[in-house]
Amino acid sequence: MSIFVGKETKLLVQGITGRDGSFHTMQMLKYGTNVVAGVTPGRGGQTVEGVPVFNGVGEAVEKTGANTSVIFVPAKFAVDAIYEAADAGIRLVVCISEGIPAIDMVKVVAYLRDKDCRLIGPNSPGVVSPGEAKVGILPGHIFKKGNVGVVSRSGTLTYEIVDQITKSGLGQSTCLGIGGDPIIGTKFIDCLELFAEDGATEAVVVVGEIGGRDEQDTAEYVKRNFKKPVFGFIAGKTAPADKRMGHAGAIISGTAGTAAEKIKAFEEHGIVVGETPTEVARILKKHLG
Amino acid sequence: MKVHEYQAKEVFKKYGILTPMEMMCHSVDEVVAATKEIGIPCVIKAQVMVGGRGKAGGIKLAKSEKEVRQHAESILNMEIKGIPVKKVLVSEAIDIGSEAYLGIIIDRGEKKTVVMACKEGGVEIEEIARQRPEAIYKVYADSLMGLMPHRAREVGLFLYEDPKVAFECAAVTSKLYKIFVDLDSSLVEINPLVVDKRGRLIALDAKLNFDDNGLFRHPDVEAMRDRESEDASELLAKEQDLSYVRLSGNIGCVVNGAGLAMATMDLVKHFGGEPANFLDIGGSSSPEKVMNALRILLKDENVKVIFFNIFGGITRCDDVANGILQAKQTLNIKHPIVARLTGTNEDKAMDILKEAGLIFAKTMDEGAQKAIELLK
Repeated sequence: MSIFVGKETKLLVQGITGRDGSFHTMQMLKYGTNVVAGVTPGRGGQTVEGVPVFNGVGEAVEKTGANTSVIFVPAKFAVDAIYEAADAGIRLVVCISEGIPAIDMVKVVAYLRDKDCRLIGPNSPGVVSPGEAKVGILPGHIFKKGNVGVVSRSGTLTYEIVDQITKSGLGQSTCLGIGGDPIIGTKFIDCLELFAEDGATEAVVVVGEIGGRDEQDTAEYVKRNFKKPVFGFIAGKTAPADKRMGHAGAIISGTAGTAAEKIKAFEEHGIVVGETPTEVARILKKHLG
Repeated sequence: MKVHEYQAKEVFKKYGILTPMEMMCHSVDEVVAATKEIGIPCVIKAQVMVGGRGKAGGIKLAKSEKEVRQHAESILNMEIKGIPVKKVLVSEAIDIGSEAYLGIIIDRGEKKTVVMACKEGGVEIEEIARQRPEAIYKVYADSLMGLMPHRAREVGLFLYEDPKVAFECAAVTSKLYKIFVDLDSSLVEINPLVVDKRGRLIALDAKLNFDDNGLFRHPDVEAMRDRESEDASELLAKEQDLSYVRLSGNIGCVVNGAGLAMATMDLVKHFGGEPANFLDIGGSSSPEKVMNALRILLKDENVKVIFFNIFGGITRCDDVANGILQAKQTLNIKHPIVARLTGTNEDKAMDILKEAGLIFAKTMDEGAQKAIELLK
């Protein structure tokens, strides 16, 4: 088992004819993901890596039964791409695009509230359920099927930690990046709720960073509701205040959102925190054998 | 992106929010000339984009021409939190009746736009939020419909008993919300919002920050950027699609991905070193991007060692290796370079770099430790 994506995933790629869209379509196919359709307005009738391209998501869903979409279109057009996927009945949208204005995301979140559609991202590296499906840009070769759930606000830092988990001999049930933006569709707690129900997941690693208070909320949730062991890492201990550290969401505002207060919240609520990425894998290995 | 108080007030005026009569000046003589229009007493306010201007002595009331000269002189020669004051705002002195706080931000937890009001003005709102959160009244805008008039009225009626002032405040709140949405703001704030002795509602101070992700559709906002007040290297990095923040250490870090870049700085510190910077070269990193990154990094004379930490996924290690090689040759880099390149095409990267005189590391722990070792 796994969460969000798996063998049942029938993937549609929005922006499939673009440079990133076509490259990652090839990578996802190579991983074994069931990519059934692509969409680029005006390019209907073409194929990319053998995948049929449609002019719109509605038509693609009707013809192929796609249930999940991944968005590679530029930020300017990504918001409408999300609306189009939701309107066409797509159940899970993974938005890779980076640079969507926060005020647009506020609207997107509100629009999706009444739809049967979950959004992961934007500014997400995607979701992998090892051995089943890869949706997004995460490098497939570092993953191994196993019992650790991994959820993170970043990309390459996640790969670093996953790589070390895999090298320690453990594997992952599902690994995802929820996105580095301040307003995102799916938060840590949403993922933990699903990991709680997932039989294949025995422990979870939460990789947080400076900015906002999603980690603090997560810590309280874990203490109250979550029975499986949780391990954590927080990036940005050396980050100065009021500076955006790459991710739009990674900013300490005044004195709020520091790494220190997040680590404290984790530790006070029973989440074991690794000082370094290496230590996270080491502690995890010690606990799970 | 941030703008100065005087720029924020220009925006406020455009939207019909009342501000004091004011003029922006660069010299003592300009200040003295401005007082002919504005009158004395007046307030002279340093225009720097940091908090705590008042405490630092950057805001002064002048009651005579002599004081005007004195204060203008001292403020224009002052540094506030390390930033030299180059401009001052000369403002009409307002007879303050009461002070309040009014601000709008996006609440990340609720994923909604929120108006915050507080009956205490002129104080640090964060401080109040921490100590007495109940003193802050919050009204959420509907994400699809916007801030409806009755919601704006709620804000006015919370802050003021006099209905006339309350309704005026509701109008100001609606205008503030319109600025927030129209301009892709990330913070708009009036602190303090004052009622003067004549019963007028005036924005005595103004703060306006913008969402960097929204700037592409607001060339007028981008035009307000004060390039002098921003770090030149950070600006240059932004233009080259890199993300750079200067710190005070001596180990220059070059990393792909923001999370890993932060974790790399933290790791350097963890092993007892001091990172010189945050530098994210992003996903698809061409050799050219690596060159640009090194050019920016080397502008910082504190940098003694360079540490590359690359986890190749989409980023190909051979691209980064080619960039390092080209940079070493064209920029004549003498600094020792520690390279940890792992993932996609790492073998090719090794072949490219084996003659280049670099120090290699297999893991980021080893890389950070070697970089620190080289400083001894």
